[in-house]
Amino acid sequence: MKLRDYIIRRLVLLIPILIGVTLLTFTISHVIPADVARHFAGGAKANPETIARIREEMHLDEPLYKQYGYYLNDLFHGDLGECYTERRPVTEAIKQYLPATAELTIIAMILAIFIGIITGVVSAVKRNSWIDHVTRLIAITGVSMPIFWLALMLQLAFAYKYPILPLDSRLGIGVVAPNHITGLYVFDSLVTGNFTALKSSIYHLILPSITLSFASLAIILRITRSSMLEIVRSDYIRTARAKGLRERTVIYKHALRNALIPTITVAGINFAYLLGGAVLTETIFNWPGMGRFAVAAVNNLDFPSVMGFTLLAAIVMVTANLIVDLLYSVLDPRVRLGD
Amino acid sequence: MGFFDEWKKRNESRIKETKFTLNLFRHSFLSMLGLVLILLMILTALFAPFIATEHPNYVTLINPQGKRVTEQRWEIHFDEKLEPPSSEHLFGTNDYGYDIFSMIVYGSRLSIKIALMVVVTALIIGVVLGALAGYFGGWMDELVMRVTDIFFSIPGLILAMAFTAALGRSIEHVMYAMIIVWWPVYTRIIRAQVLKTREETYVEAARSLGTTDLKIIFKHILPNSFAPLFVQVTMDMGAVVLTAAGLSFIGLGASPGTAEWGLMISSGRAYIFQAWWYVFFPGMAIVLFVLGFNLLGDGLRDVLDPKLRR
Repeated sequence: MKLRDYIIRRLVLLIPILIGVTLLTFTISHVIPADVARHFAGGAKANPETIARIREEMHLDEPLYKQYGYYLNDLFHGDLGECYTERRPVTEAIKQYLPATAELTIIAMILAIFIGIITGVVSAVKRNSWIDHVTRLIAITGVSMPIFWLALMLQLAFAYKYPILPLDSRLGIGVVAPNHITGLYVFDSLVTGNFTALKSSIYHLILPSITLSFASLAIILRITRSSMLEIVRSDYIRTARAKGLRERTVIYKHALRNALIPTITVAGINFAYLLGGAVLTETIFNWPGMGRFAVAAVNNLDFPSVMGFTLLAAIVMVTANLIVDLLYSVLDPRVRLGD
Repeated sequence: MGFFDEWKKRNESRIKETKFTLNLFRHSFLSMLGLVLILLMILTALFAPFIATEHPNYVTLINPQGKRVTEQRWEIHFDEKLEPPSSEHLFGTNDYGYDIFSMIVYGSRLSIKIALMVVVTALIIGVVLGALAGYFGGWMDELVMRVTDIFFSIPGLILAMAFTAALGRSIEHVMYAMIIVWWPVYTRIIRAQVLKTREETYVEAARSLGTTDLKIIFKHILPNSFAPLFVQVTMDMGAVVLTAAGLSFIGLGASPGTAEWGLMISSGRAYIFQAWWYVFFPGMAIVLFVLGFNLLGDGLRDVLDPKLRR
């Protein structure tokens, strides 16, 4: 099967899953709450007129399957509803907040992959040495730590006790945001040559991205280490050594490539996990992204926004899975497309 | 020959196997450390009234939805607020003058309750659905698996957050939301195991003897799926507490003032630079709890997987 056909087939298979996801968000927002109109109007404090208007607008007096029809119809037209917290369409809010989250999660992912793979390989090569023990201990603590607690401890240490890094937000006070191209400050300021903004945005990214990457880093480290250990014992590595190749060539040219296959799967799954982590990280670092927006929405019972965020997370997750599967087939020729 | 001897003889190989596994486990330092941490947590929860220096009162109220709920009330001591750790208050006090050590001790009860409730309920749902899907195949398998696909395409914390928001904030609803999010994990594991064991000769033999489907699932297939499930359950005990703490931190869990670790960190956040102990100790409690289960799960995987153990 050709790559193009495979991608098309996978995209077609995504349709039922995404429809399922909308069924789920529909159930959460329209079926579970006892009084949906009140929920959408902002809970107990909502006034009766708003509730009546919303009941009308959302067709809440009609049967559920019809309501779901209206809901899907709106989604197809790119209408995620009205964000009650900010009095504007949810799509507009997402457009504004998405770049900040994208920047944070991408940097965190890069950190997690690079540091995770390097430490994983070192840990495997120097098996049972003190380096191995220390990295494994860090790895297992990394997955046992509440991300919001780590964030607060880092703030306490590096922004308060030894104030070498900024406490929160994306840019320093008085630094003007770079001209909007992608909304990723590091990228935009680099392209426009705005070095004040570049420096400030990198500075502000350090603590949040370390926080967010920590758990994923630990998971990537563990999987790299164990798959490396397995590969190093295999026959073709013995052959490579017997041929008299240098140890470095054996490890980095022969072993690593195959050892990375499981790492990629895990990294892909973790990208979606990072979105969950971003909810907590952004709240603490006052990062103006989707996660902080979602928490504010949850606390204001702003359902259209919460559902918009959930749908977006689902789309990111299925896309990440698709990319992983494609990479997989490129890296491992044994995996034939379409199997 | 007594009954015991007979039993011993009949199960000779199984006893030998168990002894070997236990021996491997005993010699793994990190697994033992995990076990000790878990035992300490359980003992703390059981004997909380004897370990803690201050104790909460429990009051029963009618909540806005008209349900009776029991809430914790701690005694307020404004004259002792935000005191650093001392011999009187081991982990210091919070902004209401509550003793943080005592709150953490009582909080262990809630954490264990959450972990057990969520994991056990999700496990029951998962095992039933996974066994049905794997054993009977066909449209049932297709249906169950497509539903798990949908659940797997939304990050767990985000889905649980949405569910809790819809149900209304409370610690019970956090638990319900997490059960809804968690069962697909077990369904998939059990289904895969059932598919693997279904074709084994001994299952075929049982079937040809006329054993009922239900009996085959429970007597032959499920016991052989125990190892991977056990490891997953152990790890999930920690993961559940971590997720619940995150939801509490956002403000979706227990009502303010309750001794719940995630909530304590959340309320301590405002005082982080004045009173580090307010945030530090509840967080350490979570770390030790989760670490215990992760270490144990790691160790169990090593000894239960025949490929890894020698």
